[in-house]
Amino acid sequence: MTDHIDIIRVEGSTRHRAQKRFQLYGLLAVSLSLAFLFIMVGSIVLRGSSAFRQSFVQVEIELPADAIDPDDVRGTRFGKFLKQALRNKFPQATTQKDKKQLYKLVSATAEYSIREQVEDNPQLIGTHAKIWVRTSSDVDIYLKGYVDTDLDESKRRLSDQQLEWLALLQQENKIESRINTKFFTGGDSREPEQVGVLGAVIGSALSLLVCFLLSFPLGVLTAVYLEEFAPKNKFNRIIEVNINNLAAVPSIVFGLLGLAIFLNFFGLPRSTPLVGGMVLALMTLPTIIIASRASLRAVPPSIREAAMGIGASKVQTTFHHVVPLAMPGMLTGSIIGMAQALGETAPLLMIGMVAFIVDVPQGITDATTALPVQIFLWADSPERGFLEKTSAAIMVLLAFLIVMNLVAIILRRRLEQRW
Amino acid sequence: MNSIVMRENINTMIEHSDFAPENSIISAKNVDVFYGEKQALFNMNLDVVENSVTALIGPSGCGKSTLLRCFNRMNDVIPICHVEGSITLGGQDIHASNVDVVSLRQKVGMVFQKPNPFPKSIYDNIAYGPRIHGMTTSKAELDEVVEKSLKRAGLWDEVKDRLDKLGTGLSGGQQQRLCIARAIAVQPKVILMDEPCSALDPIATATVEELIDELRERFTIIIVTHSMQQAARVSMHTAFFHLGNLVEYGATSDIFTAPKDERTQNYITGRIG
Amino acid sequence: MQQRNSQTINVTRNATGQKTREILVLALLLVCSLVAVLTTIGIVASLAFEAFRFFQEVSLFDFLFGLEWSPQTALRSDQVGSSGSFGAIPLITGTLLISAIAMAIATPLGLLSAIYLAEYASDGARSVIKPLLELLAGIPTVVYGFFAALVIAPMLRNSGENVGLVISSESALAAGLTMGIMIVPLVSSLSDDVINAVPQSLRDASYALGSTQAETIKQVVLPAAIPGIAGSLLLAASRAIGETMIVVMAAGLAANLTANPFEAVTTVTVQIVTLLTGDQEFDSAKTLSAFALGLLLFIITLCMNVAALKIVDRYKE
Repeated sequence: MTDHIDIIRVEGSTRHRAQKRFQLYGLLAVSLSLAFLFIMVGSIVLRGSSAFRQSFVQVEIELPADAIDPDDVRGTRFGKFLKQALRNKFPQATTQKDKKQLYKLVSATAEYSIREQVEDNPQLIGTHAKIWVRTSSDVDIYLKGYVDTDLDESKRRLSDQQLEWLALLQQENKIESRINTKFFTGGDSREPEQVGVLGAVIGSALSLLVCFLLSFPLGVLTAVYLEEFAPKNKFNRIIEVNINNLAAVPSIVFGLLGLAIFLNFFGLPRSTPLVGGMVLALMTLPTIIIASRASLRAVPPSIREAAMGIGASKVQTTFHHVVPLAMPGMLTGSIIGMAQALGETAPLLMIGMVAFIVDVPQGITDATTALPVQIFLWADSPERGFLEKTSAAIMVLLAFLIVMNLVAIILRRRLEQRW
Repeated sequence: MNSIVMRENINTMIEHSDFAPENSIISAKNVDVFYGEKQALFNMNLDVVENSVTALIGPSGCGKSTLLRCFNRMNDVIPICHVEGSITLGGQDIHASNVDVVSLRQKVGMVFQKPNPFPKSIYDNIAYGPRIHGMTTSKAELDEVVEKSLKRAGLWDEVKDRLDKLGTGLSGGQQQRLCIARAIAVQPKVILMDEPCSALDPIATATVEELIDELRERFTIIIVTHSMQQAARVSMHTAFFHLGNLVEYGATSDIFTAPKDERTQNYITGRIG
Repeated sequence: MQQRNSQTINVTRNATGQKTREILVLALLLVCSLVAVLTTIGIVASLAFEAFRFFQEVSLFDFLFGLEWSPQTALRSDQVGSSGSFGAIPLITGTLLISAIAMAIATPLGLLSAIYLAEYASDGARSVIKPLLELLAGIPTVVYGFFAALVIAPMLRNSGENVGLVISSESALAAGLTMGIMIVPLVSSLSDDVINAVPQSLRDASYALGSTQAETIKQVVLPAAIPGIAGSLLLAASRAIGETMIVVMAAGLAANLTANPFEAVTTVTVQIVTLLTGDQEFDSAKTLSAFALGLLLFIITLCMNVAALKIVDRYKE
């Protein structure tokens, strides 16, 4: 019989503890990163979701027929009617200070909103109308429960008097929380209750369009050249090294390039999707080239041999057979590149896309901002009301990114062939 | 039809594998091995004789390497692989819950098909095992283990002046002997060799075969080989596998001169490849 | 039949039109691939040209070794400090401080995550964790910046107050910490590739000697992977140095020469953004200095990338 062979585990030996500990460290590292992800996204969603609702207040407003010309509603100032209506509602506000506080309950843009409603509904003229207008951002934030009323009055944006008025209005059901459609249909504004992301979204979309139209063909053709045609010589090696290094150049340097060359040298218009798209295209190019090359490499040589075997030229083989087969991979890579470009902020700051622009851009040469830059601008604004708008804009940005990545994943699953 | 043939096969298998040596160190009982859905070994029964060389032969894909990797539970490394049945080492079930796979592998060493020295110095390659197992207490002791292992592997004279050079810089045959020395250094009871010479030239193969012959005095060696000549040269016992079944097992001389099973006959005469 | 026999089989090239077309296609492809080279030339040329104009006003020596950075040039020449000072050292140390904090976070987290994913995680766990880490990598840096300024910085300041530490609300720590998390996925995915490239035969050899998994990783896999890991860390560090939005939103504007992570420092990228946003005349030393900083940034990151790619390439062989 053989000697006893000792293979029994010694529980708690140093080696086993070291083994367990090491695995735990790994798990801990992963959990820590993912916890950060969840906390970050979670806190943004938590802060941002309230921005999709907005408080409205009902004002009973006299619209005297003798003061409003039905043919020129646009030229009428409704501010004084609104102020009168507020004073009528709360006649106890007599001092200048009280009146000022009273007017601050509604949005500074409320008079324009009344004008629009009267324009749409001219029969309101000469009546005692009940019209809903946005509350000011301070009121909105308070009604959403973000204001600590235990705080000393001097440290709050709303005075006790204003809170009293609001309580009264709430009792009379004259305050309502509605879905904030303006957020999706409007442009930037100085007033947090009035801002929308549409201008920034369109700006980003136009920039990405320019970016795609430039970088996709350039990237794909470069990849085709390097993968299928380029002889292995020093010159092509330089191109390859160049592309790899370009992929790691800090994005802000591309912004400097855009500023010095596109704006100052070629004199292209500042703050436009045209220049933004061009800068983003240069940044995205390496990503698309690298993805497209990988995709071309994955096409088996048998396909090329088959095409050559029936007498197709190299160019025909490539463009009739290899490129179509590699296209899904190239598109996937490009969508991922576009998603990166969508989140890019720094280079756009350099080419002036930080301007305050209210209008939604109509074309690629209109001055505009972009979604991530809009986030940066709002994050920089001191008003409390912008906090939730910034978070909400981030949610919109993340939603676009997730959709783009999902499209890329689905495209890859659907179209990519396995050899 | 098929099932009848199958049953006949199983019958013949049991008939011919009743070789049950008394002084067995490893014994496999009713072992089945699966890779995912696919079964690679069927109801394997095998007793390995202590301090001898046992050769596992058979055509490619017959399951001999799979069985070898069961003996030190290297199959644990492959996620989709699972093993059923019992394998005992010195009477202890190696799958028992209280068995430490690390200690098991210290006792059952392994040499692989392709030489796989660590990209470290020759010295560190040998010293790695004794170090992790805390087998030596001083540098001098470790030096001694390294020297002894390299001497046993017949490599000492060739490398003694360059112990600090990379193990990967040696020739193929030297690398494989380095790997054997590395396995010896942790003082195993059993050494598993998975086609240790398949990547070597004939001269290096001869050196390694001589080495195996010397090692069998101290270690139990189980060697998987493609080459029947090699099995005949180095082993005392031979097991022939076919399609995941153990067909025949016995003294090497018997298997090669008087095989009982027709399939063994066909294989050693070159009809099954 | 007769006629067919008399035909010769033509194997010489007769379609000259097609040949010219193919040459044109090739030329087009070559031109496209030159755009990437032109971009690099454009970057170098624009940065170098504007930086050259800057160095006509401020000496290169003062820029590289000056200890004070205050680019405000006065409106009238008789005002105090009219020339402004353009010493980049505080910016460089600020950048390095924040990047060092980021790497101190990202290196252990990224490496351990990579090891966990490559060696320990089951297929199921990997298929969940990997996309989540990719998501972390895909979140725009402006979001990280917002989170750093809004949550991390106040949290650090408050916890500092509790233990009697004065932590600036624009501390290097807040920016560095957030940036560190941002880089984790980069480190982990690059290291994951490197670790997976270590041949399985080496792991088998180590297991067969009776090593535990941790011993195999620490003593066999990692040493074999070190060059590749070094390359990926270098790439990550270059990314940290060039990162802009997190520091613009969470780090300070004042150029402090300090190594204290609790104080506010500013970085090269922050200064570039501050100097070039808003309406500025383009040829003042103040705006031109942004290009000098850009050139500095480009040279530093380029050197790191070239070195990293060389190391990784050599490792792959």
